[in-house]
Amino acid sequence: MADEIHDADSLSSELSSKDEDRVSVASNWKLVWWRFRKNRLAVASAIVLLMFYAVVLVPDFFSNQDPEATDAFLAFIPVQGISFFDTTGFNPSVPDVVGKRNPVTLKMQWAPDETVRIPIGLFVRGYKYKVLSLFETDIHLIDAKDPKSKGRPHFLGTDRLGRDQWSRMMFGTRTSMTVGLVAVGLSMILGVFLGGISGYFGGWMDMVIQRVIELLQSLPTIPIWLMMTAALPQDWRPERVFLAITIILAFIGWTTLAREIRGRFLSLREEDFILAAELAGCSHLRIILRHMVPAFTSHIIAASTLAVPVMIISETSLSFLGLGIRPPAISWGVLLQEAQNIQTVALAPWLMFPGLVVIIAVLAFNLAGDGLRDAADPYGH
Amino acid sequence: MNTQNGPLLSVRDLKTYFMMDEGVVKAVDGVSFDVHAGQIFGIVGESGCGKSVTVKSILRIVEAPGKIVHGQILLRRSRQDGTSGEEELDLAGLDARGQEIRSIRGAQIALIPQEPMASFSPVHTIGNQIIEAIMLHQSIGRKAARNLACDMLKDVGVPMPERRLDEYSWQLSGGLRQRAIIAMALSCNPRLLIADEPTTAVDVTTQAQVLRLLRQLQRERNSAIIFITHDLGVIAQMASFVMVMYLGLVMEQGPVDDIFHAPKHPYTQALLRSIPSVSSQPRVSLPTISGSIPHPFNKPSGCPFHPRCIKRIPGKCDVRTPALQAVGEQQLVSCFLYHDAEVSA
Amino acid sequence: MTSVFPVSLSFWETPRMLRFIITRLLLLPLLMLLFTVVVFALVQAPPGDFLTSYVAMLASSGSSMDAAQVEALKQQFGLDQPVHVRYLLWLGSIVRGDLGLSLEYQRPSSELIGERMLVTVLLALFAFAITWIVAIPAGIYAAMHKNTALDYIFAVLNYIGVATPNFMLALILMWVAFSNFGLMITGLFSPEYTQAPWSLGRFIDLLKHIWLPAIVLGVAGTARLTRIMRANLLDELNKPYVVTARAKGMPEWKLVTKYPVRLALSPIISTVGWYLPQLFSGSLIVATVMNLPNIGPLLLRSLIQQDMYLAGSILLIYCMLTIVGTLISDILLALFDPRIQMEGT
Repeated sequence: MADEIHDADSLSSELSSKDEDRVSVASNWKLVWWRFRKNRLAVASAIVLLMFYAVVLVPDFFSNQDPEATDAFLAFIPVQGISFFDTTGFNPSVPDVVGKRNPVTLKMQWAPDETVRIPIGLFVRGYKYKVLSLFETDIHLIDAKDPKSKGRPHFLGTDRLGRDQWSRMMFGTRTSMTVGLVAVGLSMILGVFLGGISGYFGGWMDMVIQRVIELLQSLPTIPIWLMMTAALPQDWRPERVFLAITIILAFIGWTTLAREIRGRFLSLREEDFILAAELAGCSHLRIILRHMVPAFTSHIIAASTLAVPVMIISETSLSFLGLGIRPPAISWGVLLQEAQNIQTVALAPWLMFPGLVVIIAVLAFNLAGDGLRDAADPYGH
Repeated sequence: MNTQNGPLLSVRDLKTYFMMDEGVVKAVDGVSFDVHAGQIFGIVGESGCGKSVTVKSILRIVEAPGKIVHGQILLRRSRQDGTSGEEELDLAGLDARGQEIRSIRGAQIALIPQEPMASFSPVHTIGNQIIEAIMLHQSIGRKAARNLACDMLKDVGVPMPERRLDEYSWQLSGGLRQRAIIAMALSCNPRLLIADEPTTAVDVTTQAQVLRLLRQLQRERNSAIIFITHDLGVIAQMASFVMVMYLGLVMEQGPVDDIFHAPKHPYTQALLRSIPSVSSQPRVSLPTISGSIPHPFNKPSGCPFHPRCIKRIPGKCDVRTPALQAVGEQQLVSCFLYHDAEVSA
Repeated sequence: MTSVFPVSLSFWETPRMLRFIITRLLLLPLLMLLFTVVVFALVQAPPGDFLTSYVAMLASSGSSMDAAQVEALKQQFGLDQPVHVRYLLWLGSIVRGDLGLSLEYQRPSSELIGERMLVTVLLALFAFAITWIVAIPAGIYAAMHKNTALDYIFAVLNYIGVATPNFMLALILMWVAFSNFGLMITGLFSPEYTQAPWSLGRFIDLLKHIWLPAIVLGVAGTARLTRIMRANLLDELNKPYVVTARAKGMPEWKLVTKYPVRLALSPIISTVGWYLPQLFSGSLIVATVMNLPNIGPLLLRSLIQQDMYLAGSILLIYCMLTIVGTLISDILLALFDPRIQMEGT
């Protein structure tokens, strides 16, 4: 009888698939990655975000003109469409523009001139710049083939001061995306620290911190922004303003993350494996770092990814009102300042393009963040 | 138990499949049985064998992506067209959201769900939900329905029923909740009760009370009960007829005495062997059934139990699937050890 | 209606509920005191005061004031007193109900606020109504028809709606209206009604113009609410009490609205209170872009100009609305979900 039982045993173990073994030894991060991979929308969004951050790293590579060069003469040049083929075959080019003065306003009005074309190419030479302050180069992603040609391609037109929108967009991306990331990073530190104390130790510390959070959350955010940004001296350099804005955003945003983290600590504290660790004699620090933090790291990362777009929209709104990043610094909000009223927008609708980029960036963060959150949740399916 | 007239409910070769993205799960793959009026019919099996899906198919509340793909579920009832006599209605052919099946649910066939706590809405009072059950099938006023609900609670042994009607499920103790849910199921005097693991979620004392209550109610109202459980001891106490299921198929069926004292199918025998007993030898490992239940997408070919069966016949049991055949007066078994009939593909 | 929302009025008799409300109401003045300190600090925080920005404004437009004039104005506005004295003076007038004089407009703050209050409230109410009327049914539909084409379309719209800053949406809509239809959709009134006193004609004109800003304000909220409703409902739809209700014979739509929808709405109801402070802050930027005469631009300008009394008053009203809003949320939640009662026992 015993032999017969063992026989059946070996047969059934053959049936357990190799896949099950693979899953049982995979680390948590691997599991999260596999689940994330299945969500194609989230993966696509993540790729989009990587492209954005490529721009953040080397904006000069992607732009083709000095973003701050003004020339009132070249104001409000419309978008010049790229055409890929002409009579000689594959020859991407951009039409040059021809302008005439409006007799009433005496301002230049530009329109594409199909007869004169500027050939463009990829990886062409343009103005010199430094990559990450390390080495110098002059290669740009896309620009006119002849660096000395008189007509310049303005892929997104120009604004009222004649500044090239395409290049400004690249630099604006760098600022806006960085502000979002750094602000969330700071929020996360504050949130983990305070939320952690609140959730882990409980008691009066929890009460105090909770009341502070409630107080901060019931204050209206916009007036607080206004207060703090209006308090920034007008004569600060843009970089300092940038840092200050980031800190202000983090100061307003940490409460949500703190509450989330506190909630996680509270529920984890009751888990049996924490009790076991305590009984085994682990110090508080060890319990927190080795046992609790790994349990919710993936959730915190997902929550942070979803917090970045909130920061981006906050910064864009602030700068749009003129209260955040100030010119000559460039951010999406600063760019959108040019499109503040209906008159300008009617005249030059391409100035709204940064708004589209904001939407895409926020969408990408939301989709990727949702994907991360679903992948990190072990009870998802 | 009345077996003279035809069975109250006759399930014939029922197949309920779940069409998932990863494949088809054949939760119920050809199950047939009859339930007679006033009979307690037990369905026994391990988790995942398809017992719940079977009874959900009877009530047509299988959740998507599940579908009945084959078979009949015949309910015998008095003629609806006014003439005297009885007719058979195939529940499998009805529209799952239609008026017909809804008039049967709760009134002719009622469900006693598994978890009484989760089966009551936490934001509506017990009374609200019981009265709703009554008024769905009986055209009486609200006040009369409330009186009826109160009587029901009294019948199942809930003290202070008037007060309980206005309380919420989470205000009652486990035992009282269980009784309340039984009261709700019985409120329209159904001919067939389906008890889905009514004792799994409660402690042993409450279990005894619930079983006693069910037996008493069944005697008083002469309703048939389909009793689902994985606990063989409970089946032995309650049922008069037992069906053993495994992986969506019936392994063995028969009167409770035959099943327990003369089990034919190796699976039934293994199940009975694995019950810990006071009289077993001390310091001996508990007998178990070796192996584990296969993954639903990875069902074995031929007889579903053959990988774990100690009496399997290589070349036969792993290729062809045995059909349910009679081996005694009322006992049926699907095993090639007793016959050669197989399931047609 | 009573079957969908059985509100337990017996709670009002429960001492616990009463005690809860009374405690919160008693705390109100204490919190408001705290807020006056915070608000005062916020308004005073930026360097300089109203006069410095006024002088700067004059300077940039070409005129100027000599030192004596500035000094005289300082004394007149009470800006030469030390900070804590100014605070106490302000606090004193607030307690008496005097919201002070706007330094910039030289009119009582209460008058300025009052003028715009009606428009602000109407705009917010419309946005709120649009949000809820669209989002809840859309969320229910998406959950019930999960993964169908319409569900995906809703999902896409929702994602884009959440991702679009509302001032961007306003700009785009205004541009589309202008370039395609030649319409200038700014402001809330036609030219002839802008400064006119209130009349039925003015009110109707307001209604004609308010729908676009209300939609712009409501889009992000609608998108978010739909997704939340869908997620909550999907969580509830698989729970046992839904199965029990179906097994009782309830029609599908009726059981969905009575049970899981009600439970899915619970956590959402508790957020209703937050809409109260949203009256002010949510529309700030959109109001600036679309030139709407509500509180938003007034607040913005008074903060930038450091118009102390006006800004402080508006902010205090805002804080009070927040506290009241939270209280309303908590009461609504307790009424809607009796399980809250269980906490604290």
